[in-house]
Amino acid sequence: MTETSPATSPQAKPRSFFAALEFDTRLIGMIGAFVVICLIFNLLTDGRFMTPRNIFNLTIQTASVAIMATGMVFVIVTRHIDLSVGSLLATCSAIMAMMQTVVTPEWLGLGLNHPLTMPIAILVGMLAGLVIGAFHGWLIGYLSIPAFIVTLGGFLVWRNVAWHLTDGQTIGPLDENFQLFGGINGTLGETWSWVVAALAVLGAFYAIFQSRRNRVLHEFPVKPLWAEFFMGAIATAAIVGLVAVLNAYEIPTARLVRIFEARGETMPEGLVLGYGLPISVLLLILIAFIMTIVARRTRLGRYIFATGGNPEAAELAGINTRLLTVKIFAIMGVLCAISAVVASSRQTFHSNDIGTLDELRVIAAAVIGGTALSGGMGTIYGAILGALIMQSLQSGMAMVGVDAPYQNMVVGTVLVLAVFIDILYRRRTGDKT
Amino acid sequence: MTTPLVEMRDMQKSFGGIKAVDHVTIDLYPGEVVGVLGHNGAGKSVLMKMLSGALPRDGGEIFINGQKATINNPRDARNLQIETIYQYLALADNLDAASNLFLGRELTTPLGFVDDALMEAETRKIMKRLNPNFRRFHTPVSGLSGGQRQSVAIARAVYFNAKILIMDEPTAALGVQETRMVAELIDQLKSEGIGILLIDHDIHQVKMLCDRANVMKNGQLVGTVKVDEVSEDDLLGMIIAGKCPPNATPGPGAVQTA
Repeated sequence: MTETSPATSPQAKPRSFFAALEFDTRLIGMIGAFVVICLIFNLLTDGRFMTPRNIFNLTIQTASVAIMATGMVFVIVTRHIDLSVGSLLATCSAIMAMMQTVVTPEWLGLGLNHPLTMPIAILVGMLAGLVIGAFHGWLIGYLSIPAFIVTLGGFLVWRNVAWHLTDGQTIGPLDENFQLFGGINGTLGETWSWVVAALAVLGAFYAIFQSRRNRVLHEFPVKPLWAEFFMGAIATAAIVGLVAVLNAYEIPTARLVRIFEARGETMPEGLVLGYGLPISVLLLILIAFIMTIVARRTRLGRYIFATGGNPEAAELAGINTRLLTVKIFAIMGVLCAISAVVASSRQTFHSNDIGTLDELRVIAAAVIGGTALSGGMGTIYGAILGALIMQSLQSGMAMVGVDAPYQNMVVGTVLVLAVFIDILYRRRTGDKT
Repeated sequence: MTTPLVEMRDMQKSFGGIKAVDHVTIDLYPGEVVGVLGHNGAGKSVLMKMLSGALPRDGGEIFINGQKATINNPRDARNLQIETIYQYLALADNLDAASNLFLGRELTTPLGFVDDALMEAETRKIMKRLNPNFRRFHTPVSGLSGGQRQSVAIARAVYFNAKILIMDEPTAALGVQETRMVAELIDQLKSEGIGILLIDHDIHQVKMLCDRANVMKNGQLVGTVKVDEVSEDDLLGMIIAGKCPPNATPGPGAVQTA
């Protein structure tokens, strides 16, 4: 046998630096575009764009749309669309707002800011999202009504169910514990942020190690060891960098004084504390992780991509594509509810117009992130990066002082351009579009 | 008399007012290759799809090993070890060979996650046996040639120990070399006692590969013949005119000769 052990001679032919790393070139391109956008705005705003404060704000502004975008990837991969996510967010937000301002304090007699209020409200909201999403999925999968129509109807229905539930009023202020999910009102602080960072770094190395061990076990070719470590180093740098930046955003002294006063303590002189990782961003990271696992490592994810690639083949392989549709839209519904938690707690109240136009932002984020409307292709991290790119464009232009109509014109153009570049990219790499 | 592996009795299927399959009865014994012939639209694919669970039947009964079988969807058929190699529809183009081979029956880790490495290892093993030239385990199958795609589809049937194999024009998209490969494979599977139903309209190929052949016309069974006992012209006559040669077992679709 001429075959040698893969552990000692991993490559058949000498490879270049980049080939050995097996980078996802599409991901590199998107990160490149994102960096260019950031640098340009940083230049135009005399360095204000890339301050810890603005980066902190960017992350919490992106969270809501990005959470829904991860679900939209599954929807679009299976050749469906969901136009109702913004309205569904509003309905979930309205239900949760009523739960914590009327149902738990008055009907259940728990009073305001009871510790049970937050979990009850969120559970009920997520249940509502699950049921409504599953209902959409049932109409689409079992009654064969096109997703475009079902969710266009849902767009109108749920926007106005939200209105009906709240009589069109702004409901607030929301429960104190609930507001922890809103970003600035709920951050981990410096120490816990570093703990999360350390866990994330360990997790990244464990994942790399595990996948290498698996390949060695089955005697597949593996990357050179230095390439694995290089990837680990990149992940570490990204995680540590993000947490360092978020920790560098300092809590204003006046606010710190108030926090200490509220606890009945006095603030030590000259104390400086950073905000650290917002809970909403941690939530987004957790969801991204879970959704990536679902997409790559579960049967559900495999069936979603198979159905997107060839619905008939999936059905002939014994996959229940109707039930699959219900599951996908149910996931989308739950994610809308989670986004509703983040969005309403960020503004500390439920407003009648919450989530307006979010459906378009969410679809755009997924599509900019490389999800093909023809089905079968898309990634979770791409969608999140897409959401981040859109949000950066929007806030960057606002900081530069571009008027609102021009902002939207630019975002619209970027969407079309991004898809065109993606088509060119796929043509070059020989993938099917 | 051994019991037939498959017996489809009095099968019926209509689309609108058109009787695609009209009271057809056929059978298949272990280690036998039985052809299903006919023009396009004769109903042969519809008949096979009722066996593979892809289409619900309007009437008729299916017996597997003499026992009445309930086949309402592809999963039922798979559970009865009926595997189908479709002409075009069988693969998800965006997934790689291993994902397609195990589609719907993924191997999982103890925690219930799909075990891609194990599936790739199994795929490499079976491919070494079926098509040693197959190397592209990491590209989506859309990037493979017709023959390579077909070998993925065949590997799927072989890997899961099919007892009954339905092949829908398995060589239609293949070159000479690959066609020979499929022919050898059919002989090999046959010697292992697997029953094969072969849909084809290449009469030469049917004469070469099959033991018996059923000819269909306009949804009806013209007749069943032993391919060694009839000439290619006889088969052509059955397909085109619905005329049964004297040594055939005529079906309800046979033209009554005076």
